[in-house]
Amino acid sequence: MTAVLVVESCGPGASVQDGGRVGWRRFGVSGSGAMDRLALGLANALAGNPPDAAAVETTLAGLRLRVEGGPVLFAVAGPGVGMMVDERAVPPGVSVRADPGQRVTLSPVRDGVHGYLAVAGGVATTPEMGSRSVHLRSGIGGAMLAPGTRLPVGDCAALAPRALAPVPGHADGPIRVMPGPQHDWFDAAALDTLVAVTWEVGERSDRMGRFLVGPGLAPRAGSMVSDGVVPGSLQVPPSGQPIILMRDCQTTGGYPKLATVISADLDRLAQMPAGARFSLALVDRATAVDAAARLARSIAALAPRPVGGVDVGRLMAENLIGGVIDARC
Amino acid sequence: MTAPTLHPCGDSAISVDFGNVIDAGVNARVMALDRALAADPVPGVVECVPTYRALLVQFDPLATDYDVLCARLLTLATAPRDAEAAPRRWRVPVAYGGDHGADLDSIAAHAGLTPADFVAAHAAAVYTVMMIGFLPGFAYLGGLDPRLARPRRDVPRARVPAASVSIGGAQTAIGSVEGPSGWHLIGRTPARPFQPGRDPVFLFGAGDEVVFAPVSAREWDALAARAAAGDLVVERIA
Repeated sequence: MTAVLVVESCGPGASVQDGGRVGWRRFGVSGSGAMDRLALGLANALAGNPPDAAAVETTLAGLRLRVEGGPVLFAVAGPGVGMMVDERAVPPGVSVRADPGQRVTLSPVRDGVHGYLAVAGGVATTPEMGSRSVHLRSGIGGAMLAPGTRLPVGDCAALAPRALAPVPGHADGPIRVMPGPQHDWFDAAALDTLVAVTWEVGERSDRMGRFLVGPGLAPRAGSMVSDGVVPGSLQVPPSGQPIILMRDCQTTGGYPKLATVISADLDRLAQMPAGARFSLALVDRATAVDAAARLARSIAALAPRPVGGVDVGRLMAENLIGGVIDARC
Repeated sequence: MTAPTLHPCGDSAISVDFGNVIDAGVNARVMALDRALAADPVPGVVECVPTYRALLVQFDPLATDYDVLCARLLTLATAPRDAEAAPRRWRVPVAYGGDHGADLDSIAAHAGLTPADFVAAHAAAVYTVMMIGFLPGFAYLGGLDPRLARPRRDVPRARVPAASVSIGGAQTAIGSVEGPSGWHLIGRTPARPFQPGRDPVFLFGAGDEVVFAPVSAREWDALAARAAAGDLVVERIA
């Protein structure tokens, strides 16, 4: 029998996400997809999946679900996200098997915004327009998770736990941007101001955008005819408070775009919670492409080792797990 | 032809901009470049988003020769175009006014027209889908009779019905899914511009042409029932 995950409790921002939806933006369909591709890739690697397989993405709040129908191999990733199987905590960087009737709990995201729960075989909801990613605003891909949601698990015979140490994470430093398509709409000092000051992530931030709080940026007067936008576009509405568009953003917009966050830094920005302070830095195309290549290599290089035959729970209870994993890696 | 300007949008997209105007000629150049690029793809390009005045080209920065892409975009955008196939043209049924178009009477009065004359003028034009955006399948149409234009409502509505036909400024539009709107509602089509699981998922693409065929509220009900059963309800007439 195919395994099913039954959601028992979750926050309002939990959804199924994968590598995103490609090819429909010309029809106004957002790309969606995991806000943090490195964390998605890590959870999937620990579960034995390809990096873009569908997983559960949480937002700030934790989540509890029950296993039904068959055993499932679980893995978690995300900044400060812990997992428990029933009452036993699972250490970071290790996947764990749970059997029907057992409950898997994800902690709230302590040090970021989004956590990822992957299962071997992937979350097997029905793909829509080429992706299992849920787009909240349109309902494409299904609904956000709620208590009672049943998530089918893809068939997978390989349920041996894996481990990876050290657990990779995002680098520090400013969020890097390139000048945007309408940077010449702004006063020449606008880009200088953008990278000189400290910004704060605003409370309204969600999967569509990061609302920045800081000194206002005044666009030149005049109306702009809408054009295409991308995740990473830093647009400046009349209020002067920039908005950085994220993965669920619309496909077109009418606000001038002063800058664009480089693709490699968007995942890091996505993990900055409301109130986080950060700065921006201007880089050139070569730097941005190099960073994209590094991130792609980091995800491709995630290669956890099997820890077959090891009872992770017992080892953890005996506080031996770190040594065991080090020995095997 | 004058060359468009190229504007990088981060490391994974570039905007080919033909000018900051809503203009049929400018929009036609966007659509022509979109078609030319589809017919002769540049390796690494993932997808394109045509809008009123620019073509957004998204690409994989690790699989694309950026300089080659830029050169090709400029070449295709300025090359003389062969005679092109006529765009698809759709006849779209619309019930104007009443429950389906709550703002018809007020916008007609604003234009100094009777509601019947307003509807006749709106249904007389051939429109071009200049852009799809805002929501999945939301089609912005160019070609509105200037007499029918009216600035957007001061207070947007939080929700308007799916498939509403509306006017905002000099544009008219066919909505897709239910959503917020500050546009004036003049009618509603029984067709479903966006229907997941149907082939095609979307009725209209950027560059298509649209004419409206007024139908009664009773006809709307019958057509809506057919649309719910999977019929397209719109008719391709070119």
